[in-house]
Amino acid sequence: MTQEPDTYSALAEVGAPQEHRSFWDKLVLDLKKSPWSARFGMLVILAYAIVGIFAPALAPHGEAEVFAAPYAPWSSEFIFGTDQIGRDIFSRMIYGARNTVGIAVATTLLAFFIGGSLGLAAAIDRGWLDQLLSRSVDVLMAIPSLIFALVLLSIFGSTVTNLIMIIAVLDSTRVFRLTRAVALNVVVMDYVEAARLRGEGLGWIMRREILPNIMPPLIAEFGLRFCFVFLSIAALSFLGVGIQPPTADWGSMVRDNASLIQFAQYDLKAGLTPLLPAAAIALLTVAVNFVVDWFLHKTSGLRDE
Amino acid sequence: MSERTKKGDILLSIKGLKIQGFSDEKWHDIVKGVDLTLRAGEVLGLIGESGAGKSTLGLAAMGYTQPGCRITEGEIIFDGVDLAKLSDEGKRKFWGDRMTYVAQSAAASFNPAHRLIAQTTASTIRAGIKDRKSAYDDAKQLYRALNLPDPDHIGDRYPHQVSGGQLQRVMTAMAMSPRPDLLVFDEPTTALDVTTQVEVLASMRSIVEEFNTAAIYITHDLAVVAQMADTIKVLRHGYEVEEAPTRQMLSAPEQPYTKSLWSVRALEKSQQAVQASVLSLQGIDASYGVQKVLHNVNIEVPKGSTVAVVGESGSGKSTTARVITGLLPQTFGSVKFNGEDLPPALADRSKDQKRRIQMIYQMADTAMNPRQTVREIIGRPLEFYLGMRGEAKTKRIVELLEMIELDAVFMERLPGELSGGQKQRICIARALAAEPDFIICDEVTSALDQIVQEGILKLLLRLQNELGLTYLFITHDISTVNAIADQVVVMNQGEVVEQGLKTDVFQPPYPDYTALLLSSVPEMDPDWLTNLIQKRAETNV
Repeated sequence: MTQEPDTYSALAEVGAPQEHRSFWDKLVLDLKKSPWSARFGMLVILAYAIVGIFAPALAPHGEAEVFAAPYAPWSSEFIFGTDQIGRDIFSRMIYGARNTVGIAVATTLLAFFIGGSLGLAAAIDRGWLDQLLSRSVDVLMAIPSLIFALVLLSIFGSTVTNLIMIIAVLDSTRVFRLTRAVALNVVVMDYVEAARLRGEGLGWIMRREILPNIMPPLIAEFGLRFCFVFLSIAALSFLGVGIQPPTADWGSMVRDNASLIQFAQYDLKAGLTPLLPAAAIALLTVAVNFVVDWFLHKTSGLRDE
Repeated sequence: MSERTKKGDILLSIKGLKIQGFSDEKWHDIVKGVDLTLRAGEVLGLIGESGAGKSTLGLAAMGYTQPGCRITEGEIIFDGVDLAKLSDEGKRKFWGDRMTYVAQSAAASFNPAHRLIAQTTASTIRAGIKDRKSAYDDAKQLYRALNLPDPDHIGDRYPHQVSGGQLQRVMTAMAMSPRPDLLVFDEPTTALDVTTQVEVLASMRSIVEEFNTAAIYITHDLAVVAQMADTIKVLRHGYEVEEAPTRQMLSAPEQPYTKSLWSVRALEKSQQAVQASVLSLQGIDASYGVQKVLHNVNIEVPKGSTVAVVGESGSGKSTTARVITGLLPQTFGSVKFNGEDLPPALADRSKDQKRRIQMIYQMADTAMNPRQTVREIIGRPLEFYLGMRGEAKTKRIVELLEMIELDAVFMERLPGELSGGQKQRICIARALAAEPDFIICDEVTSALDQIVQEGILKLLLRLQNELGLTYLFITHDISTVNAIADQVVVMNQGEVVEQGLKTDVFQPPYPDYTALLLSSVPEMDPDWLTNLIQKRAETNV
């Protein structure tokens, strides 16, 4: 009946290795199978990155260069016209990509560093440190974050550093909760116990044993958190306490030109002008979410193909 | 027995069945053309290692395939109907009525929000076989027949209010409730302790005999199948190896593969002379919170020998290991290692003390970080304890891999790319890398197939001879004890019941608990269960 060898040997078991793929092979394979939405998202993010990095080379005019005509209409020289004091809106949008996105990335990274490391430490400790951190986070989360940020920014002043620090700390509470929750599932694994028995320090256990195993949810959260941070910065700028002039920033650009909307019935292009930076914000948010969705779907193990 | 079939009629016949499963973007063959015939009132045992396709075949006998699987060829004739060609709607008329299923994990199969009796009778009432009142009365009869305590009221409890063994019996009652023609048992006792297993097996067998139900009994445990089945079919890699009546199969297996399955249990270690203790536990008490789990535990582990700690789950075996490793500091007593006191808490022990005591875990899957390669897993203790780096480290890793009979190509593999036996070998190599004196093996073979178990046990014995290691071997399996131990410690409810040389402990007279434990271990004798029940009945009367 049998068509397989009948005797057991360790060699036979050894001789049937399973396929080993390198990280890059896997990445290429995954990219090939990615849905159109994820590809679109990645393309948009890439475009924003290029625009942000090469802003001085791409922008036709300077960031804060003032021209004679305020509220100039769309023309070949000023593609999207000029703003209330005569700065080129198109150039400011390009610089805005660098400032707004750059600050949002820095803030999100900082939020993840703070929230992630404290969350891991709390999950490993599970004692008084965990209690202390978790309760402090509960307190911070009980205060509406936009209002809290407004208050803090008015106290400490609206510098870029303050802005990054304050939003990072407020957003790190969410990262803390997520990291702690997913790390708790990993902390109970035998390999963490094995590392502890070996005598490894807290740092090693955090970085080498736990972190690599909770990366997927954290990366997904990074994408979402980035969108929220990005929107909070834009909202704060819109309210006037965010990024300060003359630095170009999409949030404050919406506010500065908001009054143009009422002229839409006479000149459609003028009415559209304040919506352009808003659209830039919306497009990036949607793009990031597309990529995150794909990534979450891929790592959650749900298969519907 | 139902009027629909008579004893001896062919109830189920499977011909040339092929089933494929989908994984890694491809369809793989799981069952590769198997024939099977089952007569009414007969019990067929399906055995094989994991991946042999036994569960898939058992489910296919009901016309069911798991999600991601498909039947590609062959027919499944049940009482004249080809289930392979029937729609789901058509098959549902048979399921829960003429054929039922008992799953491996009863705890995961019950709905925690409903009372047991409601779940026992649900399918019977739905199929319209009995009305609610008579189905409930019948369920109580079944509980009684299955020897459940308080059969009239146990059905009013919820699943979490009864023990694992009781739950498994309730599930059998559930399967019997519609009086099916065919019952499929899928490893129903694998998750149970040996002493509980005996009771569950006995009640399952008596109820199958009483109602003359045909059954397919799937297991990897030969001794268990020998008690249950009239005929045994051995499967491997989706093929049938051989099929024969139980007695014939046990006394004269024909195929070399079957013989090798049988030989595992014959492994036996010759006992070594007693040397000075390397580790001694003196009057250890330990507790989790307010619950005291160890009471005055004294264990001596002589150098270069293997001490097996046996007992059921909850007996305190693993807790003892946690005290030795320092994860759970004892509340009273002392742990002496090489003559000196070990600090109770892990944090107070020196790096060298930690290095000398290593641990190997039951589940190799969770004992290795899935994101680290074999090189990192084995290399870390080398670097951490012995300060090895670069070339010297790589060389040592290759040496260690050779010691555990694996090739250097495994170095860059992740744990997910290894088989179960290979994973456990890597865990052994990780423990060896620290150059320990003493290794705690916590049920290291119980998650493995018998043949792989044998390989691991032989490896451990060889390493002990070559390196002079001392093992503390925690297990619930007496045949493993025979294979590897010099001394035995029997534990029950946090206390040491008996300890001494293997030959002494396994010789009568025993304390009551040791006797119960030893007599509960299934033997490869088809009359074992019958004799045991008879003997226990006599002594109780």
